[in-house]
Order: sequence, then C-alpha cells, then structure tokens
Amino acid sequence: MPIVAPMDVDGFVVRAGFLGDAAYVATGEGAIHFVAVGETHLAPHKNGLLAAELSTDGTSLITSGDDGAIYASSPDGSSELLAERPRKWIDLIACGPNGAVAFASGRTAWVRLSDGREKEFAHDRAVGGIAFAPKGLRLAVSRYDGATLWWAGTEGKPVNLTWKGAHLGTSFSPDGKYLVTAMQENALHGWRLSDSQDMRMTGYPAKVKSFSWSVKGKYLATSGANAAIVWPFFGKTGPMGQTPLQLGTRSDVLVTAVACHPKEEVVALGYQDGMVMMSRFEDNAEVLLRRPGGHPITSLGWDNAGLRLAFGSEKNEAGIISLQDG
Amino acid sequence: MSATQETPAQIPVTVLTGYLGAGKTTLLNRILTENHGQRYAVIVNEFGEVGIDNDLLVESDEEIFEMNNGCICCTVRGDLIRTVQNLMKRKGAFDAIIVETTGVADPAPVAQTFFMDDDVRAAAKLDAVVAVVDARHVLQRLEDTQEAEDQVAFADVILINKTDLVSADELRSVEARIRSINPYAVLHHSERCGVDIAKVLDRGAFDLDRILSLDPHFLEHGHHAHECSPDCDHDHDSHDHGCGPSCDHEHGHCEAEKHDHGDVNLEHEDRHSVKSISLTAGDLDPEMFFPWINQVTQIQGPNILRMKGILAFKDDPQRYVIQGVHMIVEGDHQRDWKNDEPRESRLVFIGRDLNWDVLKANFKACAAE
Repeated sequence: MPIVAPMDVDGFVVRAGFLGDAAYVATGEGAIHFVAVGETHLAPHKNGLLAAELSTDGTSLITSGDDGAIYASSPDGSSELLAERPRKWIDLIACGPNGAVAFASGRTAWVRLSDGREKEFAHDRAVGGIAFAPKGLRLAVSRYDGATLWWAGTEGKPVNLTWKGAHLGTSFSPDGKYLVTAMQENALHGWRLSDSQDMRMTGYPAKVKSFSWSVKGKYLATSGANAAIVWPFFGKTGPMGQTPLQLGTRSDVLVTAVACHPKEEVVALGYQDGMVMMSRFEDNAEVLLRRPGGHPITSLGWDNAGLRLAFGSEKNEAGIISLQDG
Repeated sequence: MSATQETPAQIPVTVLTGYLGAGKTTLLNRILTENHGQRYAVIVNEFGEVGIDNDLLVESDEEIFEMNNGCICCTVRGDLIRTVQNLMKRKGAFDAIIVETTGVADPAPVAQTFFMDDDVRAAAKLDAVVAVVDARHVLQRLEDTQEAEDQVAFADVILINKTDLVSADELRSVEARIRSINPYAVLHHSERCGVDIAKVLDRGAFDLDRILSLDPHFLEHGHHAHECSPDCDHDHDSHDHGCGPSCDHEHGHCEAEKHDHGDVNLEHEDRHSVKSISLTAGDLDPEMFFPWINQVTQIQGPNILRMKGILAFKDDPQRYVIQGVHMIVEGDHQRDWKNDEPRESRLVFIGRDLNWDVLKANFKACAAE
C-alpha cells in the first residue's frame, strides 16, 4: 500500500517534483521547500512565484516571479539570480541544453545562455508557451495563430508554423519530431516538423494544462478530460488517425495533472477533487495513491527511480507518495 | 491579517472603462490609496500615471482572442485569462480584482472573458462595469466615437466626473443623453472622482438582482439607419456569419427578426444608435422562450451589447436569471419567488438597430398558455 507523507505548505502549489533525492514544492506565495534528509526553505522572490522548471542537468530549480526575477535554487539553500526584467510578470520558463534558460512575459521571450548572454525574441502577439527542442539550442514559442521555432545560439532564420487560434503551453516530443501545443479551445494541436503537417487532437471538455511524455516518448499523456488522454506518437504518422488511450476514467471528475512514470508505461493522474492514482497503459490496471476529498491537483512529479511521487494542489496541500514500504 | 478567513469561491472583478482624460486613473489612485480594508489586484493597460507601487499591480497588453467557433462576437481578452490565472496562484493576497481598460477599448471582449473562459469563470466573477465619463466632453465624445457610446451602453455604474466644470443645465443634458443610451445603470456625480468607493465597487451588478427594482422610463423607439456594430471592424475572413443587419440574407430561419426598413426615418440624421428595450410578461413557456432567445442572440448578437433578465417559467418555483453579451447567453436558477413578489418576467436589451416591435411580439408569444 502506498504511503502518503504530507508536507506543510501554504497556498497554491505551482510545481512539485524531485531534484535528485530531494522532493521540492514551489508555491504561488513564493516559498520553495526542499525535503531530503533535512528540510530547506527558501523564498528568493520578493512576492509571488509564477513558474518553476527543473534545470536540464537536474542540479537546480529555476523559478520566476511577479518581481520579474529568475532564480536558480538548490537544496543546499543557495539561490542565484539569473536574470531580471523589473515590473514584468515572468510566468513562463523552459530549461534547455547547456544551462540555457528561456523565459517569457507578454509578447517577448528571452533566452539566457549559461555564459550570461541573453537573446530577445519579440512577437506580434502574446507568447502562450515556450519549450526547448531536445537537441540543439532551438526554442519553440507558441503564440496566437501558431508557433515560431527560433535558433537561440545562432542567427538562423526562424520557422513559422501556422494554425489559427490561440496556442498556449507547448512541448517537443523527446525525439524532436513533433511539436504539440495546447489551445484556448479545449484541443491540442501538433505539427510533424519534417513537413509541417498539422495534427488536431480534439474532444476535450476542458483546456489541456498538463502534458507528459511517456518513457522513450512513445505516448503523450494529457489532462483536460475525465480520464488521462494518452496519444500514441510512435510509427510514421504519430497520433494521426489513431484513437488515444483513456486511462483512469471517472464519471464526472476532471484530470488536472499528469506525470508519466520514468521507467514503465504508467501514468500518475491527479484529479479535480484531490485524488491521485496511477494507471498502466497495457491493461488499465489502477492503483489509488491518494483519496479524493481535497483541492484540484496542480502538479505531479516522479523521482528518477519511479518509486516516489510528489504532488501539490491549489490550496495548502502537498506531499510525497512512496510506492514502497519503509 | 485575514489568513484565517476563507477566500470566497469567486473573486469579484470590477471593469473600469472611460475615455481618455475622463478620470479613470484618478479613480484608480483613490481606490488604491484609500483605507477601505479591501485588498485589490489591479490590471492596468499601462503603469503610466498610477503612482502606486503595489506588487499586485500588473500591466497587461490587450490581446484579443477570436474563438474558433464561428461566432464573430466571441472574442475574449487572452491577456486577462493569463493574468487571472497568474493571480490565482496568490489567491490569499487580495480580495477583489480591478481591470482598467484603455480609453478606446471595446468593453465586450473584457466582459465576455468572464463568461467564456471556464478557468476564469471558476476563479472570478464580473461584479460590475464602471464607466467614468467627463461631464464637459462626453457629449462630443458620444458624437465622435462609437467606443464612447459602447462604454456607456455597457456600464452598470456610470460616474459623471468633472461636474464642477459644467453648468447645472449642461449637466442635466449630459445626464439625459446618458440615460437615453443606458437607463439601467446607476449614475453618480463627482468632482475629481470624489465618490464613495463603496458605490462603485462590489456592486453585484451582474447578479441581476437590481433589475426588478428598476423602473426604467420607456424610451420612444424609432428605427435608425443601420450602423455597423463594434465587431464589424474585425476580420470576418474565416467566419460564416456576417454582421448583424446583413445577416438576414444568410439565415433562412430568421424571418421573424428581419429588420423592417419600411419606416426607417432617415430625414434627420441621428447618430445615436444605441437604444434600450425593456420587455415584460407573466409566466413564460420555457419550450418557447429558449429557442427564441437563442435565435435572437445568434442572429442579432452583434447588435446586442447587453441583455439581462429575470424570468418566471410556468410551474417553476424559482426565479431564472439570464444575461448576455452579444451572442453569449448565460442563465441559471437563482432562488425561489417570494410570496409577496409578483411573478413577472422581465427582459432588457441594450443595443443597436434592435426591432422593438418584433422583439416585443416574439417575447409575448413565449408566454405560457
């Protein structure tokens, strides 16, 4: 039976997960908690914290806030200011190869390279999401009416991908072949990058806010329905013409967060009512990890071994679920 | 200080509109500096002259999102969706939200955001649209610009500011002109926005409870030359609905709502196209009413700026409240009719080129047998 160890947090959990052995929880109130053998509590931002991402090398947690600052914080208690845009609310972050960090506010995205150099990418309309390609310093910016692929390290020409509507969060498939965006209209959009072929993934009753690629990138699990909607991305045509898996279906409770297991074809699901469950792709086998009765789950994150799952909700709830006894 | 207090499920939102120079910033500065015990998160278009250093003051560039649903009026403010979502990460830090719009902003997408985006709806509810107008210049603005008229038409509360700069006669004509556009809004007079803040904020105007207590003077109605609705400036490229008046040709099923050009009075030029209409009836038949209201808002949506109503349905012990902005209609049961309350259905439209007679006849036809 899984064991739930609650953590003492205030407010909205922006992100929960693991940095090496340490569990972390970052809250909208601005607190960053690291829990390993001991506990470390940091609050680098002046006010609230809006976004958090693990650095690609897995050594620090990059956060941004409504103070316009971007910090890299570690379980040893250190926080380093990486960049600052005074008076801007920095609500989007992405971490790329070689210590690159991208961040965005309004219509502008910036990339800070590890040597401290910064590049600015301006757009006509608001930036909805940012993501680095798995290889090379390539940044995808989703925006109104499509997405733009920029080269962050060189002066290469940007590539524009067009699809009408407002594109929000975005993610590259781990093999770099596809770019997926969540749209304002309760749908996912995707492009096969080799030929800019459009893919529409529709039918969601709510906006897709959480997505997670399964081990080896074979599937993309998404929130936004009363089950995790899991799209196949293997084969030549990816999800085109395919029916997604529907895992952890409940009659009328929406899935609000998903996190694929790092080693197995299993997804952890967080629901609107605070319930957390995991489900296996192969046979829909389900394991209840946390009972319902709380606030909507906002974030889930596995440790590298796939034995512990950190979670957080919209209000004063976070914790670590251990799959193994003791 | 209110850590133990439960935050309300939906944060109230006040939208502040008004032409450039009307006094919006003065009002905002008063709201932010006065000691009223409320903590506001304020979304402004430009930090500009808001001289307050408040960590819950956020600048937001207007981003109009058209929805891919074929509805030309269904535009929302993408930047507001994003900002409200960001504010919800600090839900305990404020009690209410104020959205300041630019002087020339169309208020519809702002209001529609609070109806159309599920996340925003869950987090926040529109409390009132407050328009600040400058007593000395408003008449000219209303002549010159459709935006100024839209702002007045949309408002739940109108603050006639700078009253010290006009004579009593001038003020009376300003008031009459504003009333002719929007007889349902609450009017306040002020100098330098010196109004009791409680009269402007937390009004619950979108709760619609006020409607029954209002007794609007019915306006002389007349037909006017068609004027394009605010939305007609937008791209229509991918949508199959045309703008309101012309869409008569495209919809086979809208005969009943066809504009009757027979008695259009073009002899004197009247640019004041916004009118309001109040319809009353007793118990309604829901099987008649809902198809009708859907048809009206689908076909005439571009011309309907605001629609509000409290309705009595046959064999239904509860009051049904309905409201709309352009093509968006939202309704829900509110509470039981009280014993001493007359079961009366009342529906108010504020818009352009609405055919009073046809609306009235069709509304009456929805009466329960």
